[in-house]
Amino acid sequence: TTRAEFDLPEYSVRRRYQDFDWLRNKLEESQPTHLIPPLPEKFVVKGVVDRFSEEFVETRRKALDKFLKRITDHPVLSFNEHFNVFLTAKDLNTYKKQGMALLSKVGESVKYVTGGYKLRSRPLEFAAIGEYLDTFSLKLGTIDRIAQRIIKEQLEYLVELREYGPVYSTWGGLEVELSEPLEGVSACIGNCCSALEELNEDMTEDFLPVLREYILYSESMKNVLKKRDQVQAEYEAKLEAAALKKEDRQKVPTDVEKCQDQVECFNADLKADMERWQNNKRQDFRQLLMGMADKNIQYYEK
Amino acid sequence: MEDCLAKKMEITVSEAEKRTGRNAMNIQETYTAYLIETRAVESQSEGQCAPVDSLWRRYSEFELLRNYLLATYPHIVVPPLPEKRADFVWHKLSADNMDPDFVERRRIGLENFLLRVASHPVLCQDKIFYSFLTQEGGWKEMVNETGFQLKADSRLKALNATFRVKNPDKRFTELKHYSDELQSVISHLLRVRARVADRLYGVYKVHGNYGRVFSEWSAIEKEMGDGLQSAGHHMDVYAASIDDILEEEEHYADQLKEYLFYAEALRAVCRKHELMQYDLEMAAQDLTSKKQQCEELATGTVRTFSLKGMTSKLFGQENPEQREAKIKVLEEQIQEGEEQLKSKNLEGRDFVRSAWADIERFKEQKNHDLKEALISYAVMQISMCKKGIQVWTNAKECFSKM
Repeated sequence: TTRAEFDLPEYSVRRRYQDFDWLRNKLEESQPTHLIPPLPEKFVVKGVVDRFSEEFVETRRKALDKFLKRITDHPVLSFNEHFNVFLTAKDLNTYKKQGMALLSKVGESVKYVTGGYKLRSRPLEFAAIGEYLDTFSLKLGTIDRIAQRIIKEQLEYLVELREYGPVYSTWGGLEVELSEPLEGVSACIGNCCSALEELNEDMTEDFLPVLREYILYSESMKNVLKKRDQVQAEYEAKLEAAALKKEDRQKVPTDVEKCQDQVECFNADLKADMERWQNNKRQDFRQLLMGMADKNIQYYEK
Repeated sequence: MEDCLAKKMEITVSEAEKRTGRNAMNIQETYTAYLIETRAVESQSEGQCAPVDSLWRRYSEFELLRNYLLATYPHIVVPPLPEKRADFVWHKLSADNMDPDFVERRRIGLENFLLRVASHPVLCQDKIFYSFLTQEGGWKEMVNETGFQLKADSRLKALNATFRVKNPDKRFTELKHYSDELQSVISHLLRVRARVADRLYGVYKVHGNYGRVFSEWSAIEKEMGDGLQSAGHHMDVYAASIDDILEEEEHYADQLKEYLFYAEALRAVCRKHELMQYDLEMAAQDLTSKKQQCEELATGTVRTFSLKGMTSKLFGQENPEQREAKIKVLEEQIQEGEEQLKSKNLEGRDFVRSAWADIERFKEQKNHDLKEALISYAVMQISMCKKGIQVWTNAKECFSKM
């Protein structure tokens, strides 16, 4: 890092998931108008997953890495002092304890949200964003389900394929002249099996988590919108009461800008992720093709 | 290659038609009739096509022809017919005999059968086969008049021989073993292939859902909209492509099926050999026992325990005239028996020789055909993968433009 606030150019610290959670909460508190990137899920919903399994840890690590990078990219959030501390402090726990005194502030923001003010009219812009988010997370959910179904189908296909290959070998053992080509077929099918396995793994590790992340993102965006609505409602109510708070007015526009920015980053990320997925699929097919080509060569040699 | 019918005549099974008619029991039934077209290949005439002869036959008539060939040429590996009922079906394929795809594949199979028979050096010369191709009316009667059913060996007799034969030719035993294994491995292969096809179908089709979702999603996006929409289109193409791919694969499956059925034909030849060998062994045994009997009667010694010996001891020996008569009868029988044995031996050796020649021919045909089948299967797979690469490359392009 090259920024002035930091004392040293490089830091390396150890953090637990809890710490990340804490950081996120702090960010939400201190910048309630901004869109905070989501964290990977705390608890794993499906089945009993070993929290210490390599796969799980690796997936989570990647997601946390992304989380930090996003904050770093953010023009406002990255200057947050909590963030600074998070990255640099050797002992985070003592700092956290200090933060406990700020509980009162938490109470305040909670009051904020549950103000119960009625919203007069929502500007079209935000209504549109709200609708968009709804549809968006719906579609992503569908895509997630489809992808999972594909993985399942591919697994079942793999099972059959694994039985298919050896049959050719058995036949090869029976024949004299044909044994080589038959063995070749068997080997190629084996290649296909491993290529398919790889594809499935990639999809599970790279593609699905990203989908889920964006779904979580949508959720938090919706929350921000809700807060915004509340703020606007409060603002309008207070306006009626003829006691104008300058800060409120400020908040709403900033929120808008931030929202827009986030959506843009969002879309760009999504594009990059889709491309990665395509790459994986192509690799898979390329391998299949090479396997088949070998087979063909063998025969033409005969 | 020897002069065979296939060279002189173009044979095709060009059409199939649904018919209804009354069968032997006077019940209305629906069946499919196949049009056989034949045309003489004139080597001299250029630009002049000989007229096409045609007639309609149904599957049961093909079966009759084949049964005739089986009985008349037991030493030949007779080409098999395409399956009677759809087997090894995966879920999308219909098991219905009237299904147009099935009928089409059967038409091809029947044509293949005729071509194989016509190109076989021995079978193509058969008159009944020729009239099957050319004579519309009265063919059935002609076949039945040959009395081939009498020549056909009973299943029970064959089974008996298989168990009791003592000294079959080793090569035939090996061959029988081979054909058993071949049958089992090919059936296994076809079964698994059907399951594989099923699963692959599922995978492709689910991708079609992507197409729909991308389309819906693109409606709410601004910059990503176009990219998503076209990517969705590619997904649809991908999902649809599986139908053609699997149809082509059916052809491969049919080629394997032919050899599955061929295995049965091989076994039939082995069985015939066992039957003949058993017959021979029985005849030899019979001869030996008759000779023994004769000797006993002549010398008056009873070497083995026999009812005759017992009765003669109990009821007194026969007089010399009776004995002479018996000996004479036996001697005649022995002479007959020896001649029969000689001719059976000759028959047996002939059979083994000609059968083995045909088996060698079959082996070469099989190796050649299967190699080709495997190559075309590999080519199919490659083209399938190429298509896959193309679809996903296109999709990738769409995504990169988002």
